[in-house]
Amino acid sequence: MNNKYKILLNTKIAKDTYKLIFEGNFSKEISPGQFINIKIEDGYRFLLRRPISICDYNNGKITIIYKILGEGTKVLSLKKENEYLDILLPLGNGFKIMEEYNSQLIVGGGVGIPPLYLLAKRMKEKNINFEVVLGFNSSKDIFLVKEFEALGASVSISTMDGSFGTKGNVIDVINELNIVYDYYYTCGPEKMLMSLIKTEKLGQLSFEERMGCGFGACMGCSIKTKTSYKRICKEGPVLESSEVIYHE
Amino acid sequence: MNRLSVKLPNLELDNPIIPASGTFGFGYEFSEYYDINILGSLSFKGTTLEKRFGNKTPRIAETYAGMLNSIGLQNPGVHDVLNVELKKLKEVFNKPVIANIGGSTFDDYIEAVKIISKSSIVGAIELNISCPNVSDGGMAFGTNKDIAYKLTKLVKESTHLPVYVKLSPNVTNIVEIAMAVEEAGADAISMINTLVGMRINLKTGKPILANNYGGLSGPAIKSVALRLVHQVYQNVKIPIIGMGGIMNAKDVLEMMYAGATAVQVGTANLIDPLACKNIIEELPKVMDEYGIKNIKEIIGRAHL
Repeated sequence: MNNKYKILLNTKIAKDTYKLIFEGNFSKEISPGQFINIKIEDGYRFLLRRPISICDYNNGKITIIYKILGEGTKVLSLKKENEYLDILLPLGNGFKIMEEYNSQLIVGGGVGIPPLYLLAKRMKEKNINFEVVLGFNSSKDIFLVKEFEALGASVSISTMDGSFGTKGNVIDVINELNIVYDYYYTCGPEKMLMSLIKTEKLGQLSFEERMGCGFGACMGCSIKTKTSYKRICKEGPVLESSEVIYHE
Repeated sequence: MNRLSVKLPNLELDNPIIPASGTFGFGYEFSEYYDINILGSLSFKGTTLEKRFGNKTPRIAETYAGMLNSIGLQNPGVHDVLNVELKKLKEVFNKPVIANIGGSTFDDYIEAVKIISKSSIVGAIELNISCPNVSDGGMAFGTNKDIAYKLTKLVKESTHLPVYVKLSPNVTNIVEIAMAVEEAGADAISMINTLVGMRINLKTGKPILANNYGGLSGPAIKSVALRLVHQVYQNVKIPIIGMGGIMNAKDVLEMMYAGATAVQVGTANLIDPLACKNIIEELPKVMDEYGIKNIKEIIGRAHL
């Protein structure tokens, strides 16, 4: 599971946002919503790995999309084609695709959007209809919209500054366009996840936590749910709406 | 003749490598990555009498060459550890293990030690009197020599197993604590637990850890651990299990030179699940490089 993978592409696609593709032989099945854990470089400057969700998986190639959020991701953005990365993968549980709901909605916010792309692709393969709502801070931050549209999905967009689409957040778009849905899948800032919990509809939410190991050993990312404590890296990152405890 | 074998009270180790408590779960989680029977032994996740949920997240922050954690002894409680976790461990591990036990009161410790001592696979107790992340107890037992003495003595009277006492570096004089627990009957000393530290998020102006402070581990603390092991070695006769920033085979040798009979590997397991396996495989080569025939010969060499 621990291996070196060759970078095929690492390129800027929006403000501070990069797409990286690497190749390798992945023995395990990869599900949408799972993540990888990258050692930025050898040595101890960045001791811990960086967990990043899988955006796409195709023919032995994995795509991730990440944002520069600190020194580690900054160094990652400088990596070139043909360099190798030490990666643990695939980690976490991933989304479960539900077939029994008629109007399903994918809701993504900012850097939480990438794992929803592989989910959308798998849903399309199963001929499940869905709509997509994506939220960004500003028009400069927008990415992946064309890719979602290429799957034949209707994509509605919000930006916090109103520079594109509906001004406000994803809930504002859903309300303004009166989007009707009976099941959702989401990933994004915790505030956004909580506003979906508040709707009391059923869905699956992918959470983010600071992790030590990423594979269940350290208990660093464990959060309280209605049923038990769950390690976001192992029993998550995807939790069912029915088990998430709402908080402001 | 196994050139890597070492002896701790009641434990014959094939090699001096022991995954440290809190970084290796209950062992079986790692057996999907490699056959953990190659390990000397293992110290399982800090266990308390009652189930503990631990602290709020974030519980992890990175530092220069290290990490902070404030897990807060999350564990299912000693009964579940005995009846569930150790049963799973027994299926994949056929050597005696070290039971790391924490607590908030004398009675907590004693009761938990009595219960875990019933396990057929526990070969020694590791008394955690040094957890910096719980408000009630933990480190409080390890920062006062009289309390450390009393607890060690009471625990020794409650179990047939040898008692290793895990010391905190967050004290003015670690030597007097080490001498106190030795006098109380401790069979070995594990050292060091993490150093208390913090990080602050410049964007929010607030501490990164929800608990504000956490335990620093990783390569950043190795030189401190070496110094403390070196000092304690000069003042006690019982064996020392050295830990703090062990990342590779050379670190193992350095810790043993300082006075450790065996070592625990912690943070390295979180970065690479194969860390202990790699270190064990690397050891003979690195020993050859330094002309070491048998690893026992280097214990305390830095004192000669």
